Amino acid sequence: MFTFTLPELLQQLANGLTIGCLYALVAIGYTMVYGILRLINFAHCDIFMMSMYFCYYFITVFSLPWPVALVLVVAATALLGVVIEKAAYRPLREAPRISLLISAIGVSYLLENLATVLFSGVPRSFPAVGNMQEMVEIGEVRVARLAIYAPIMMVVLLVALLYLINKTKTGMAMRAASKDFETARLMGINVNKTISVTFLVGSALAAVGAVIWGQKYPQIQPYVGVMPGLKCFIAAVIGGIGNIKGAVVGALMLGVLEILLVWRFSALSGYKDAFAFIILIAILIFKPTGLFGETFVDKV
Amino acid sequence: MLKIENLKVSYGGIEAVKGISFSVEQGQIVTLIGANGAGKSTTLRTVVGLVKAASGSIVYEGEELTGLPTDQIVRRGITLVPEGRRVFPDLTVLENLKIGAYTRKDDLSQDIEWVYSLFPRLKERHWQPAGTLSGGEQQMLAVGRALMSRPKLLMMDEPSLGLAPLIVQDIFSIIREINRQGVTILLIEQNANMALRIAEVGHVLETGRITLSGSGAELLSNDAVRAAYLGKSK
Repeated sequence: MFTFTLPELLQQLANGLTIGCLYALVAIGYTMVYGILRLINFAHCDIFMMSMYFCYYFITVFSLPWPVALVLVVAATALLGVVIEKAAYRPLREAPRISLLISAIGVSYLLENLATVLFSGVPRSFPAVGNMQEMVEIGEVRVARLAIYAPIMMVVLLVALLYLINKTKTGMAMRAASKDFETARLMGINVNKTISVTFLVGSALAAVGAVIWGQKYPQIQPYVGVMPGLKCFIAAVIGGIGNIKGAVVGALMLGVLEILLVWRFSALSGYKDAFAFIILIAILIFKPTGLFGETFVDKV
Repeated sequence: MLKIENLKVSYGGIEAVKGISFSVEQGQIVTLIGANGAGKSTTLRTVVGLVKAASGSIVYEGEELTGLPTDQIVRRGITLVPEGRRVFPDLTVLENLKIGAYTRKDDLSQDIEWVYSLFPRLKERHWQPAGTLSGGEQQMLAVGRALMSRPKLLMMDEPSLGLAPLIVQDIFSIIREINRQGVTILLIEQNANMALRIAEVGHVLETGRITLSGSGAELLSNDAVRAAYLGKSK
């Protein structure tokens, strides 16, 4: 099992990294929403799914040029995230957290069934965007262009996101609101607006993830978001939910480990998804706060 | 400057403030004293919009505040230093000060220097996460953070709570200094002795009503106040 060539290893790492970057883009959305609302946004995976349908409609059905379509997809998905927050979570701001969680599960089912009614359960094929599916050879490694674009896209978006959070006033408001709504309000921060921005950013990133995901797995149906959604949630937990860098590291780890597992133990490849859950269970048992989880103790 | 009339506030069916009226004039230090549960904190929290009034009015510079969201009230020049300090523990001292000026768009360097001149300890520790400060330093930071919004009316909820007597002295002398520089102050305290000494006007709250009002000096020498809040026998 330990006999392989270097190009083989690089090939597999490239695949793992691509998947990891996709997971990261979606995992950030989970972790950001958790950070500010302490809510696992179960609807996030269905926002991802809707985003794939938006892409299908804008490119395949309306035949828009793909750059225009992508802008519209990201905008529509971001809007969907904001609307969901306003309609399903904001009215429950003062309610117990469990109500919020149940509302999130409700939105998830609503979107899945809405998609079944609107777009039917027949799988659609995802349109090719640009030349992302074209194969290129680097030395002896053959990968789709996607494997090059995905990490670049992820790094650029991550840097932009970290800049937004750490260096801008909006980011400062987000960090303050994630600690203490009431004191944030006393600083003159409009907490509702800040939460909307969080959903906007998280959903927009999920849209980018969805488009790239569709290049790798070009099939859309109303439940397409469920498994990637769970994986990304696991990635966020591995990294320490609430921590953005943690979510990215968790996602890359999960992506690479999954691919390596399937590669070296091909007999076990059917258990690829189970493997992710085993990691989740292990993390919850041995390091429940995740790799980069908060351990800050508040002074009373 | 601030005029509260017949204010009533309820929490889940319990009336915490049962119709109080008082006013705060420009440049004054006004204090509300009273035991736990008298409705002092609730009054301040209602002024700043964190709690909704059941009835009554709060007029600030001629404008009705009840019904406005907190961020709008803060933009009008009122701020509250909350009970228990509530600094943002994983933001640095400097970031905490900057967030206090969230509503402002102009240059902050002068104000930061001003806060540092009031609290030199904060300057020494400007790079530390606020969670690592001592209780007294956190209180200083909470006051400094509130000043960064350049408030016209600064409200403080128990600034001396849980602090060593020497630090309490410091905090009160700084409250006086801030007032001398033109900020109107509405202070609530259980440490009635200290509060009444610096206040022009004091009101005694008991179970949601004002039972006694007067100048700080009058209340300090009032027998009932002495017995109830200053721990002196009649």
